[in-house]
Amino acid sequence: MTDSKYFTTTKKGEIFELKAELNSDKKEKKKEAVKKVIASMTVGKDVSALFPDVVNCMQTDNLELKKLVYLYLMNYAKSQPDMAIMAVNTFVKDCEDPNPLIRALAVRTMGCIRVDKITEYLCEPLRKCLKDEDPYVRKTAAVCVAKLHDINAQLVEDQGFLDTLKDLISDSNPMVVANAVAALSEIAESHPSSNLLDLNPQSINKLLTALNECTEWGQIFILDCLANYMPKDDREAQSICERVTPRLSHANSAVVLSAVKVLMKFMEMLSKDLDYYGTLLKKLAPPLVTLLSAEPELQYVALRNINLIVQKRPEILKHEMKVFFVKYNDPIYVKLEKLDIMIRLASQANIAQVLAELKEYATEVDVDFVRKAVRAIGRCAIKVEQSAERCVSTLLDLIQTKVNYVVQEAIVVIKDIFRKYPNKYESVIATLCENLDSLDEPEARAAMIWIVGEYAERIDNADELLESFLEGFHDESTQVQLQLLTAIVKLFLKKPTETQELVQQVLSLATQDSDNPDLRDRGYIYWRLLSTDPVAAKEVVLAEKPLISEETDLIEPTLLDELICHIGTLASVYHKPPGAFVEGGRGVVHKSLPPRTGSSESAESPDTAPAGVPAADQPSVIPTQGDLLGDLLNLDLGPPVSGPPVATSSVQMGAVDLLGGGLDSLMGGGSGGFAPAPGTAVPSNTGAPLGSGLGDLFDLTGGVGTLSGSYVAPKTVWLPAMKAKGLEISGTFSRQVGSISMDLVLTNKALQVMSDFAIQFNRNSFGLAPAAPLQVHAPLAPNQSVEISLPLNTVGSVMKMDPLNNLQVAVKNNIDVFYFSTLYPLHILFVEDGKMERQMFLATWKDIPNENETQFQIKDCSLNADSVSSKLQGSNIFTIAKRNVEGQDMLYQSLKLTNGIWVLAELRIQPSNPSFTLSLKCRAPEVSQYVYQAYETILKN
Amino acid sequence: MTQKSRDRLCEHETSVLIAQRNHLAEFSLFLINAAGDIFLEKHWKSVVSRSVCDYFFEAQERASEAENVPPVIPTPHHYLLSVYRHKIFFVAVIQSEVPPLFVIEFLHRVVDTFQDYFGVCSEVIIKDNVVVVYEVLEEMLDNGFPLATESNILKELIKPPTILRTVVNTITGSTNVGDQLPTGQLSVVPWRRTGVKYTNNEAYFDVIEEIDAIIDKSGSTITAEIQGVIDACVKLTGMPDLTLSFMNPRLLDDVSFHPCVRFKRWESERILSFIPPDGNFRLLSYHVSAQNLVAIPVYVKHNISFRDSSSLGRFEITVGPKQTMGKTVEGVMVTSQMPKSVLNMTLTPSQGTHVFDPVTKLLSWDVGKINPQKLPSLKGSVSLQAGTSKPDENPTINLQFKIQQLAISGLKVNRLDMYGEKYKPFKGIKYMTKAGKFQVRT
Repeated sequence: MTDSKYFTTTKKGEIFELKAELNSDKKEKKKEAVKKVIASMTVGKDVSALFPDVVNCMQTDNLELKKLVYLYLMNYAKSQPDMAIMAVNTFVKDCEDPNPLIRALAVRTMGCIRVDKITEYLCEPLRKCLKDEDPYVRKTAAVCVAKLHDINAQLVEDQGFLDTLKDLISDSNPMVVANAVAALSEIAESHPSSNLLDLNPQSINKLLTALNECTEWGQIFILDCLANYMPKDDREAQSICERVTPRLSHANSAVVLSAVKVLMKFMEMLSKDLDYYGTLLKKLAPPLVTLLSAEPELQYVALRNINLIVQKRPEILKHEMKVFFVKYNDPIYVKLEKLDIMIRLASQANIAQVLAELKEYATEVDVDFVRKAVRAIGRCAIKVEQSAERCVSTLLDLIQTKVNYVVQEAIVVIKDIFRKYPNKYESVIATLCENLDSLDEPEARAAMIWIVGEYAERIDNADELLESFLEGFHDESTQVQLQLLTAIVKLFLKKPTETQELVQQVLSLATQDSDNPDLRDRGYIYWRLLSTDPVAAKEVVLAEKPLISEETDLIEPTLLDELICHIGTLASVYHKPPGAFVEGGRGVVHKSLPPRTGSSESAESPDTAPAGVPAADQPSVIPTQGDLLGDLLNLDLGPPVSGPPVATSSVQMGAVDLLGGGLDSLMGGGSGGFAPAPGTAVPSNTGAPLGSGLGDLFDLTGGVGTLSGSYVAPKTVWLPAMKAKGLEISGTFSRQVGSISMDLVLTNKALQVMSDFAIQFNRNSFGLAPAAPLQVHAPLAPNQSVEISLPLNTVGSVMKMDPLNNLQVAVKNNIDVFYFSTLYPLHILFVEDGKMERQMFLATWKDIPNENETQFQIKDCSLNADSVSSKLQGSNIFTIAKRNVEGQDMLYQSLKLTNGIWVLAELRIQPSNPSFTLSLKCRAPEVSQYVYQAYETILKN
Repeated sequence: MTQKSRDRLCEHETSVLIAQRNHLAEFSLFLINAAGDIFLEKHWKSVVSRSVCDYFFEAQERASEAENVPPVIPTPHHYLLSVYRHKIFFVAVIQSEVPPLFVIEFLHRVVDTFQDYFGVCSEVIIKDNVVVVYEVLEEMLDNGFPLATESNILKELIKPPTILRTVVNTITGSTNVGDQLPTGQLSVVPWRRTGVKYTNNEAYFDVIEEIDAIIDKSGSTITAEIQGVIDACVKLTGMPDLTLSFMNPRLLDDVSFHPCVRFKRWESERILSFIPPDGNFRLLSYHVSAQNLVAIPVYVKHNISFRDSSSLGRFEITVGPKQTMGKTVEGVMVTSQMPKSVLNMTLTPSQGTHVFDPVTKLLSWDVGKINPQKLPSLKGSVSLQAGTSKPDENPTINLQFKIQQLAISGLKVNRLDMYGEKYKPFKGIKYMTKAGKFQVRT
């Protein structure tokens, strides 16, 4: 007799029949009926109509029946909230049952019923269960708090459950600790700001103790929680690492990977000179290798993570190349990942083996995999210079096989090899040309055309070859058309006499007969270049191209560091920061690696390094725990990843031909000032959301202001490196003796040198504009930063912005143009002659209509009237009169903005009350709010 | 509006609502068979519409074979994490950031549990036991927190079905749900229940090694590694404390232990010291990597050639023992995926039986035992589709075999001692070597 009988009744009267059976007097019949209901539920049938009848079966001594009813309740309570109330009494009673299993079951089920009315009744039983003598009940109750919080967060806070939960971290039973941690982590995720998991050395110690004793799943929760902790110095980091290392030998791969995350993160703080550092590196390799012998699904996730680990610390797995060799019956998703890692691990030492393998893969059945293997050979050539020749000959062998897709893929990668080693392997061109006719994929055709154009002078019949492509010009894809256009122009510049007709033909095809704007634009540019100044055309089109490097397929270092903090998560599988795909974007806190204390690069020994102080190079920023962006700013990324210093990232090939060097020489000839490229006018609103977010931060960050002169806020990151191809810009505004300046720090976090900086502002409310070009004297090497003070004036063109103090900035360097926006504090616009005559003040105050008066509260300010007045004076807010009315000080003040707007203020200070009242009167009332913000910033710092 | 469409709408609303939350708790499980039918669903929090599986079906269609369906599939509101075992897809639907390994490990644990409960894990058996399945799943996870995943403990909570129990239950009206809190659940040794009693006390250990290797055309080893496990069947009364020591523990530098093993003791003395779970369990798994010398127990001589001109090719393979320490290689099975253009094969084996499936192009040859005096061989001709050029790819030969009484890594147990109890148990150690993914390229 099996349960499959429950599936057989599918006739119409089914529900009626079940109803009758559920109301039967016989226990056995009832139970059978409930089982049938459950069975229907599992296959997705709707049996919610039976709700009252099923709930009636709930009061029973039979545990199995009870469990089944509970199962049903959890599924349908939400759709029948009023009915669900019927169940409450039984729940409350079950929570008092002498059997802990039933108590736990009741509290667990109640938490799963997401009906508001029920939650009220849940509080008392839950409170009891959290203090239950039986740890099984306590651990179930801990989870229930998280469930309840999800339904009604306010209720959980009001009832003090969060504190009880925090107490459970010190519970004697490790399972209770683990569940409490898990529940708190989950609650904390939906409240990123709350300091629920206040980790300190004591609580960390408790967690580490529980780690050894709780179940595998509990270990995962605890390890993930540990990974968020920031040890105070390298010694603490090491001791945590020592206690986490045994987890690497756990049979559960999720435990292993969470442990790897903790170690990878804390390792960042350890000095490389330490013996322990080396030991740890050695210990990390075997567990990672072992993950690859698990089920393929686990392997896949492990491989995606290993891909990150290999990029961050290649030394860990450098001897383990062979474990990444592909087995022919690996699932395709495993094969592709293994291939990727093989290339990352390829080095001079193992390249022979790798190439032999890749060649083997190129004869496999799966087309996608074969293509990727061929491409991998090209990547090896670019990565390991010594192997380039061997790679090229391997590729030629493959071309000889005449397998169509292999040939095409090989030609695409050979083009890249030419880009990396110009004038070295051109002897193979003849072989490539033999396969011209078999190419039917756009990418391969485009690559071949590029090769013909680039080496036109060495190919006798280059014109014939290109002409043959021209015949079907309009049927080609854009990629091929663009390439063909450029190649023929190149050919013309190299052999002008024979190819005039050809170039005419292609230019007219591109400009007159094409609907594609890109193609037309490029055609016109060439046409105009050729007709006005052929010498310049030659310089532009035949300019020397930057070499490509293998670094182009590495993950950008700042992103990599963030991903390392997310090892084992979905972020690490997608290689995207969590913010990029987690829905709602809420609860996403950027994580950053801890800074290394006492790094080997500094001459200090680890002992003398100031413990606990991150290597801050900007004393004005006080890193707080919450200020992760600030930490990121000070992040010492360790030794730069070595790479060819002049290597530029590979830009789309076509774009390089046209612009790489071309436009630079066209426009860089000026004073280095930034001229937007034609047709790419500065969009006026890009980057606004980003900028305003950062601007908010601006107001919040504390710092040390200078009392002499206007208050200067600490620098904040305006343009994160992730958004600007490795260029990070942070800065602040200052005003000193009448001149405004923008103090910038440019940091190069990319792998290539940056140069040719220029800056431009969009029109803004007060006409702020750079008074001088951005002067960066030397090119900026990787990991280097430079501080610049850019003088500003207010004579630029004016456009009202929202918010008023929004400033949109474009910064250009040799890589690209980047846009960001920031909010400037209004007090940089308060001029020195802002003191009004007393009479004038009184008259103006009366003159400005009352509806223009706005009142603000400045809270928590403990200064007295005199210090307020002197502090404000530093920022050009002048006190005109001071009165004492009924024990409270009244300050009358004035200030003037650069555009001549006067703002009058009355500041009321009560000695006993830390909050001041500020009344502002101004003919342009929209500035009041920003003046108030300036007041607050100045007074609070 | 029909009830169904109203439900849909309702579900849609909930999923939008919940999309704002960031939760582990969102966890639904769908079981899907090879034909693409959902035959079981279980929701731990809110009901997620079946339609979410459409994304999975799309991926399934794209993948050439079931094995190639990617294990992580993103959809606009959910993530689908799946494992494929016993020709069933176990698809977990989660929302936002959850460690994927956590979920995948859990899914494998679910499959293991089913297998443990029902002997086999198949669609039929799951449907036959749907209520038990449901009860077990409910016991395994609560709000995204795994509860009881040790089958020892699960079986105390939900008794596995047996024919006898079903009959007894029907007669007496008793249930298959335990009403006592499992004893091991919260003790310091959560993996062992108290009050275990046996009349015959016995402890058996199987050292099983699987050898994964890739051998190239010329017969030289490209990679070879050993995945070893020690599986135990321990039926001992009371709370025995065991120690197991090895002759050559140095071989074990990459190990994963059952939670019962005391790690400190291993670190300092290289001795396995543990209070065992009751019954069957995996004590440790280990990995002997390519760096150490891995002995290759068999070799394959092959001569497979296709000619461009004729539509006939030659095929000849011979299998022989290599480094077997004098033990017999048995259970030998050779399989090879032939190129698509192969029409048929006419072969004669010197022993065993062979099959060539002209549809899947899979050649399999069940060799049996290798007699070193008379090496088994398979010879004959391959006919290719007329008019096609010779195949681009070379067939890879896949080998399976078993060697009893031998751990190919050379691992040997020195002794097994028991403390904490007075009686004398029966002890036994068995060794076995098997082929894992053993591939010979031609």
